[in-house]
Amino acid sequence: MNIHEYQAKLLFKQNGVPIPDGYLATNPTEAEFAMRRLGTEVAVVKAQVHAGGRGKAGGVKLAKTPEECRKIAEAMLGMNLITHQTYPDGKIVHKVYVEAGSKIVKEYYLALFLDREQAGVGIMFSTEGGMDIEEVAAKTPQKIVTVVVDPTVGLQGHHIRQLCWGMNLPESEQKELSPIVKNLYKMFIKYDYSMLEINPLIVNDQGKMFALDGKMIFDDNALYRQKEIDVFRDYLEEDEREVTASKFGLSYIGLDGNIGCLVNGAGLAMATMDIVKHYGGKPANFLDVGGGASQETVTNAFRILFADPGVKGLFVNIFGGIMRCDVIANGVVAAAKELGLRVPMVVRLEGTNVEKGKEILKNSGLNLYAASDMADGAKKIVELVK
Amino acid sequence: MSILVDKNTRVITQGITGKSGEFHTRLSHEYAPCFVGGVTPGKGGQKGVSDLPIFNTVHEAREKARANASMIFVPPPYAADAILEAIDAGIELIICITEGIPVLDMIPVKKALERSKSRLIGPNCPGVITPGQCKIGIMPGHIHKVGSAGIVSKSGTLTYESVGQTTAMGIGQSSCVGIGGDPIIGTNFIDILQLFEMDPQTEGIVLIGEIGGDAEIQAAKFIKEHIKKPVAAFIAGQTAPKGKRMGHAGAIISGGSGTAAEKMAALEEAGVTVAKSPADIGLALKTALEKKRR
Repeated sequence: MNIHEYQAKLLFKQNGVPIPDGYLATNPTEAEFAMRRLGTEVAVVKAQVHAGGRGKAGGVKLAKTPEECRKIAEAMLGMNLITHQTYPDGKIVHKVYVEAGSKIVKEYYLALFLDREQAGVGIMFSTEGGMDIEEVAAKTPQKIVTVVVDPTVGLQGHHIRQLCWGMNLPESEQKELSPIVKNLYKMFIKYDYSMLEINPLIVNDQGKMFALDGKMIFDDNALYRQKEIDVFRDYLEEDEREVTASKFGLSYIGLDGNIGCLVNGAGLAMATMDIVKHYGGKPANFLDVGGGASQETVTNAFRILFADPGVKGLFVNIFGGIMRCDVIANGVVAAAKELGLRVPMVVRLEGTNVEKGKEILKNSGLNLYAASDMADGAKKIVELVK
Repeated sequence: MSILVDKNTRVITQGITGKSGEFHTRLSHEYAPCFVGGVTPGKGGQKGVSDLPIFNTVHEAREKARANASMIFVPPPYAADAILEAIDAGIELIICITEGIPVLDMIPVKKALERSKSRLIGPNCPGVITPGQCKIGIMPGHIHKVGSAGIVSKSGTLTYESVGQTTAMGIGQSSCVGIGGDPIIGTNFIDILQLFEMDPQTEGIVLIGEIGGDAEIQAAKFIKEHIKKPVAAFIAGQTAPKGKRMGHAGAIISGGSGTAAEKMAALEEAGVTVAKSPADIGLALKTALEKKRR
């Protein structure tokens, strides 16, 4: 799960990571008052959407007076922000964050992440803040230092010294960085992060460090015990179909093709997209109904697929393990009868209770195409939507 | 021969009285009678599914039923504790089926495994099967056939797909291992590749990977240096968009790394026959077997 910058900043503030003063605004008047309250010479107005690359797309602007701040907010609120990280149709800006302008002397990069290989919390620090860190890693790896903390032992002084001396920080800055790293590490464990990134972490003209931006990704599997974080979820930022799907316990991702796919298992669902493309078709989605789906879940899955006007054909690909083929078949029949089958559907069933499943489909009177295997099914559906 | 499990394996189910635990213990035990009991705290002394004895703790099950393997169906909030209990009781092979364990819970598990003699398969995996001898997990037993292909996979349903194809071709399987799709797992590709290389029954290996992480890249390096048996592979997610989690917590492409193209190239470079289409996994293995025989 992703959250907004203003929410990330709130978490920073509550957990002892310094940030510039700032206020959230949902209309131009609030934005104007926000700048008056800040009382700074310059304020930064930042569009609150779940996407990087806002600056280049016009989602970050400087205001020199409260009136100007109002005007900028007026133009920004409701605008459709298109960055390299949004879908091509962009994202509507519903909120802006008005922040005190900072006098930036230096920009660093600091991130905490899950290290899969060593099973620990990785901490990455770089002198090249404000840049694309992947580019820094590729071109100037000597400007990045990484340590991995074993959480069963905990963060130690030597970890912080390795970060500081690895980048040869002046002592005054070491004193600033040390509590920030300590507090971020505590946050990482407390809130079940997958990734926590500050880019840039700035040093101002007073020699103080601040988090100027914050990107946070949480472990979805841990949200059940993170009620405080779960309320930050902004459904307006998420694909409507994905939200509906998650309510039904389905894993769904919308794509721009025309073949709707319904599959059990994440691996097979990805492979189904691959094989559709392999035979020259375009998948409309990734949809994993999961292992223990009920007939009702299957019907709901079809509802999402049927609601997509871009879908010109359906491909059901099931290899039943936990999932029984008769349950899938009953779901297919129930959904088709309830919603009406307006596009061709190819069904491939294999695995647990496959005979029962095929029997149900055969006796349903529905106009379905049965596929003998995955390749046969993919070829058939690609031909049918042509 | 086979790897990890055979007809002498003595299995218990942790979470044997839950709906899934009960269902799959029954199916696994019907496939091959390797189960010797189960664990549900508070229900010790009762009889469970298939008339198996229930114990309150894994330690008790180990002592009284001489269990040496465990299949875990405990819900996500308590699953890490269940694995740690099995490690503490000295269970040699722990297979965790549970999906959705918070990743930070898995770190202490991974550290405890390093200090122990236990091996963990999973979590979030279909389990392990040696056809005709022992099935521990949720895979449909009837699609398997005793044979010579060793299958190792991150994905459950794609394991079944590979099994189905190798059975249809008459190759059959020595053992099949689903290692799971989570970011932190107990056993990786390399461990299983090594076991298959040493197993006399296994003549060829099928490796099924997916986008995210770099386990397949590590596996490719290992195959190049240490595996003499023919290997076929498939990588799921060739068409997956960036930054989206494709069902499995581990299946996400971040930045430019973890793509299918990158992994396929590394495997091909290591001499692996890579199937472009998931329908050609069996065929890829056949090709690999023929290539090596020449």
